[in-house]
Amino acid sequence: MDVLLEPLGLGFFVRALVASTLVGVVCAVVGTYVVLRGVAFIGDAIAHAGFPGVVAAYLLNVPFYLGAAVAAVATALAIGFVSKRAGLRQDTAIGVLFAGTFAFGVFLFSTIQGYVADLFSFLFGNVLAIGPGDLVGLVVLGLGVIGVVLVLWKELLYATFDPLGAAASGIRVERLEYLFLALVALTIVVSLQAVGIILVVAMLVTPAATAQMLTVRFVRLMVLAAVVGITSAVLGLYLSYWLDVASGATIVLVQTGLFLVALAFGPHGAIARRRANVRAPAEQPA
Amino acid sequence: MITPLASDPSDHHVHPGEDPHAHDEHELTAAHAHAHADVWLSDVSAGYGERVALEHVTIAVEPGSLLAVVGPNGAGKSTLLKLMAGLLRPWTGRIEILGAPPGREARRVAYVPQAELVDWAFPVTVEDVVTMGRFPRLGPLRRPGRDDRRAVASALAQVDMARHSQTQIGRLSGGQRRRVFLARALAAEPDLFLLDEPVTGIDATTQELLMDLLEAQAARGKTVVATTHDLACAAQRFQRVLAVNRTVVAHGPSNLVLDADVLARAYGGHLLVLEGGTVILDDAHHHDDAAPGERHFHEGDGSR
Repeated sequence: MDVLLEPLGLGFFVRALVASTLVGVVCAVVGTYVVLRGVAFIGDAIAHAGFPGVVAAYLLNVPFYLGAAVAAVATALAIGFVSKRAGLRQDTAIGVLFAGTFAFGVFLFSTIQGYVADLFSFLFGNVLAIGPGDLVGLVVLGLGVIGVVLVLWKELLYATFDPLGAAASGIRVERLEYLFLALVALTIVVSLQAVGIILVVAMLVTPAATAQMLTVRFVRLMVLAAVVGITSAVLGLYLSYWLDVASGATIVLVQTGLFLVALAFGPHGAIARRRANVRAPAEQPA
Repeated sequence: MITPLASDPSDHHVHPGEDPHAHDEHELTAAHAHAHADVWLSDVSAGYGERVALEHVTIAVEPGSLLAVVGPNGAGKSTLLKLMAGLLRPWTGRIEILGAPPGREARRVAYVPQAELVDWAFPVTVEDVVTMGRFPRLGPLRRPGRDDRRAVASALAQVDMARHSQTQIGRLSGGQRRRVFLARALAAEPDLFLLDEPVTGIDATTQELLMDLLEAQAARGKTVVATTHDLACAAQRFQRVLAVNRTVVAHGPSNLVLDADVLARAYGGHLLVLEGGTVILDDAHHHDDAAPGERHFHEGDGSR
């Protein structure tokens, strides 16, 4: 028991625990829609686009999440707009915007004299370094995202499942699309310090992908994704503390491990699927 | 915006190289029908990008109609339905749905897309899908309540799917899938049903059941517009038939369709003869086997 309780005496560990749990929940909730829409690439792109915002915030001496939020939300809305209006394929629009914004971040970064460890941690995450002020900002942001999803989960679900049917019956599908992109952007901002730009897509996608191996019902899927998200965040954080290794990477590795277990043994995983196919191949509809 | 066309010359769209008076007769009848039509289109042209899908479409559909939209692949059937549903804006012309511009009365409209546009692996059960029909009237924040559950249960019972309510939709047969989506439309309790291929690729029993339900809705004064490839079904089960091929080819009561039974047998259900001797050849039956990538683009792709 002491092994579990001992780190809780440390302020930075408790802050990291709160932040990781928050990230686990917010990412799982928003990530459920990301996975069902098949837009994991958008998440990755928005994460990279947050980088110039973080650097700019550092240069301007304002909280990093404000800079990241502005950059990420702006890029998210630009992705939505460009892919709708410019006649480009969406993955092309994303590829252009994401490389461009990330390059701008690196450009800004290179103008700073000397080595800036703080900024470097945003690439790979360092949840143990999170300050009390930042934590409050992230909790407010994270709870805001969850609040919006709680209000609009039905509409988001309908628009994700059947955008034409939803739009025809009066649901504002296009506005929801932009709102959804903004939610993804804010989710990423909340997660940046915990896991870093490069790994944040895992936080977004892996818990929901794991839950997909366990259930075929939407609400259960979201709840299970949140459970996976929290479990891996807490477990990963303790592991990284005991082993003295990078926290973000450890959290993501725990998630990946849980995913592989669910993929193999889950009721909708590979083995179960194989068995179902062997038993009743004719029952699988085309 | 509910001005008769004749008194509003600014809305009179003349296309290059055309006699500007050619549509006058159309428009007089359209203006007359306008006042009590649930679906009203006047000289509507539309398409995707630069590609024309429909031109000069003028129709009025009375409340309580049971209307089949037929025509070959690429004729613009789905496009017409999307225009009515407010999913596509017309390039020119005017549309009114339930007495208002498309989309304004959206909560009184239920649209069912083609089966191949649906992600059947999506983690929702039959009951979840039918409950979605209630979402627009609930609005944000409100959860489905007793009335909603009752409407969902009733819709599921009508399509005879109550015992499958907890089944994930991917495990259903083609006919069952169509039943679920009709149940969603029924649960929405709309005044206008817009159904894209509701009876395509399903068994005869399901087809009879769905048509009986749609007939009952029409008898209650609801308007039903459905595209179909099944000409025998259009002739036998719908009151009226609208034949389109880039524009309206024919529009009339389906009982004027000449001996559909005989023709259907002789031509394997691919041929329809309407009043005035218009013959429509339906080339649609390879449609269901089309590669998934083709499905978004089959309107107006020049297959005429």
